Amino acid sequence: MTAYILRRLWQMIPTLAGVILLIFFLFKFFGGDPAQILAGQVASQEQIDAIRQQLGLDRPWYVQLGIFVRDIFSFDFGKSWMTREQVSEIFVTRLPATLTITLPILILEVALAIPVAMLVAYHRGTLLDRLVIAICVAAMSISFLVYIIVGQYVFGFELGWFPVQGWSDSFWRNLVTYAPLPILLAALVGLAPQTRLYRSFFLDETKSDYVRTARAKGLSDAAILRRHVLPNAMVPVLTNVALLLPGVFVGSFLLEIFFSIPGLGREVYIAVNRSDYPVIQAFTVYLAVLTMLINLGADVLYRLVDPRIQLT
Amino acid sequence: MAAVLDIVPENAWLALWRRLQQDRIGAFSLGIVIVYLVMILFAMAGLLAGGWSEEIGVPYANPSFLGERPNLEAALAQRAAQRQGRVPDLTAVDPLAPKYAEWEKRTAELKTGERERSLTLRWGGDRWGRDVLAKAIKGSQVSIAVGVFAALCATFIGTLLGALGGFYGRWVNDSLEWVYNVFTSIPSILLVFSLAAVLRSGVLAHLFASGIWTVVIILAVTGWTGMYRLVRAEYMKHRSREYVLAAQAIGASAASRMFVHILPNVSHVVLVQLSLLVVAFIKVEVILSFLGLGVPVDMVSWGTMLGEAQTELVIGKWWQLAAATVFMAIFLTAFSMLTDSLRDALDPKLR
Repeated sequence: MTAYILRRLWQMIPTLAGVILLIFFLFKFFGGDPAQILAGQVASQEQIDAIRQQLGLDRPWYVQLGIFVRDIFSFDFGKSWMTREQVSEIFVTRLPATLTITLPILILEVALAIPVAMLVAYHRGTLLDRLVIAICVAAMSISFLVYIIVGQYVFGFELGWFPVQGWSDSFWRNLVTYAPLPILLAALVGLAPQTRLYRSFFLDETKSDYVRTARAKGLSDAAILRRHVLPNAMVPVLTNVALLLPGVFVGSFLLEIFFSIPGLGREVYIAVNRSDYPVIQAFTVYLAVLTMLINLGADVLYRLVDPRIQLT
Repeated sequence: MAAVLDIVPENAWLALWRRLQQDRIGAFSLGIVIVYLVMILFAMAGLLAGGWSEEIGVPYANPSFLGERPNLEAALAQRAAQRQGRVPDLTAVDPLAPKYAEWEKRTAELKTGERERSLTLRWGGDRWGRDVLAKAIKGSQVSIAVGVFAALCATFIGTLLGALGGFYGRWVNDSLEWVYNVFTSIPSILLVFSLAAVLRSGVLAHLFASGIWTVVIILAVTGWTGMYRLVRAEYMKHRSREYVLAAQAIGASAASRMFVHILPNVSHVVLVQLSLLVVAFIKVEVILSFLGLGVPVDMVSWGTMLGEAQTELVIGKWWQLAAATVFMAIFLTAFSMLTDSLRDALDPKLR
């Protein structure tokens, strides 16, 4: 196991190098002159030159790449161009708000989709099954934006059950007051594709030999589904959860924008609007690293759930 | 004679057409998609919704079936316009007073384009009194065009790289896998945001300032990876099949084997993935345009309509939201179901 983890970490190095090169050259070649953006339209040549020198832009590109790499590994990305806040500071202070939203969404989504999908799989081929699937297809065709706009209007503005938007410094107050509406909206929207997917996982399993054997020995359909199909179907379900896991960092950017939640996604969006390159670059590189680590963690977990899986 | 002809295999695309017609849901979805495509062609030719940007109604004009509904905003705008007409008399203090007569003459000469604004429109009006129905049709054109063009570009990149990696293997495959790993390890929305930032204020900003190409490039560059993986796997399977070896034996070049012999045999995979990409890209375009990172401000798409709808809903003007949602939902549902039917019709295992 240790050897496997070490080898996977070793394999990450070229990928990480690629990510760094991609982001560096993307902004270097296509990003325009940062000094010009930073100084604004009316800056004098001296001001621009001063900024260029300060940012090291007057040096050759390989020196700049070296500085970029050094910044990444020392976790010191300097300051945001616009707010003069430390980039690492921004990252650390915005992360909790994002996780307060995304982790409950993920848990709720999976916890709701498994029973619904099981119910639908149990009644497969009936009117209920087809009705649920038809609703899922139609629900997936409506943009997430519409759900948020209407949900915020109906539950926040019209009915007043939840605050329309806002955030506080207290974790519990956030979780109880401000987070429920965005969490419920996202979980309900995510339910449709999850249910459809999990239903197919359950149905795949019901075609197996062990199900036929269980049925032959006289077990009821409900018991087969609960005791035999469910544990086996958990493997693809877990794969799917592992695929969703990296999304916890920026997956909620739309919710954060709509509900004014000071999270990572909203911060990147603001940075894009302000052409605040250091923030975008740092967030992209670090979130890529986090994604790789989470994928590794998911693979290891996999092995613990299903001993048949050989890690190579 | 007839017995010999029976052995001739059916043309694959004709067989697909036949199977699609037998599938009632598939045929129905195809019908809806065709209606949309005809609508888009008419809109492109300017025959339909050409005047979407003309302000033909009062602000937030009611839909004609709700003609009696009070329209506070229009009344306010009208009153403001009337007040503007009556300028307080400043002749005594204004040093430019002698010129008043000349200005009035000039104003009279100038033909104002102001035409009679109607109180109701078929499906209501937006803030500037533009016809929401025309906007929805024009928006369909833009959103679907972005989705289709971006999917075609992503398919081109993905198929080409997948073919190269799968066919040649070895270092070509290894280096392409590296590129794939790099692109997929970055969360896609961050890649989208990075590209948007660069294309907005970078050196290419002026090149793509207008039109839909910024969004198309963003979507294509971030969305080719799935297609690459699928095509690569297919090429690895096909490259040592007998028909390819036979082609090699009669002297077919590598390029000919890749694109003349193998490509038609994997085209069903490409086609299904292409239609899945169209649906996914339309959804992303809507979100990007909503955020102001998509199509430019002088264009209308379903996303920009939803962007306006957010503030309209608070004052009770729901029709623009409804129009954009309904147009989008019908198209995406029909297209998704068509994709499902297409996959069933193309899947060799189900024959």
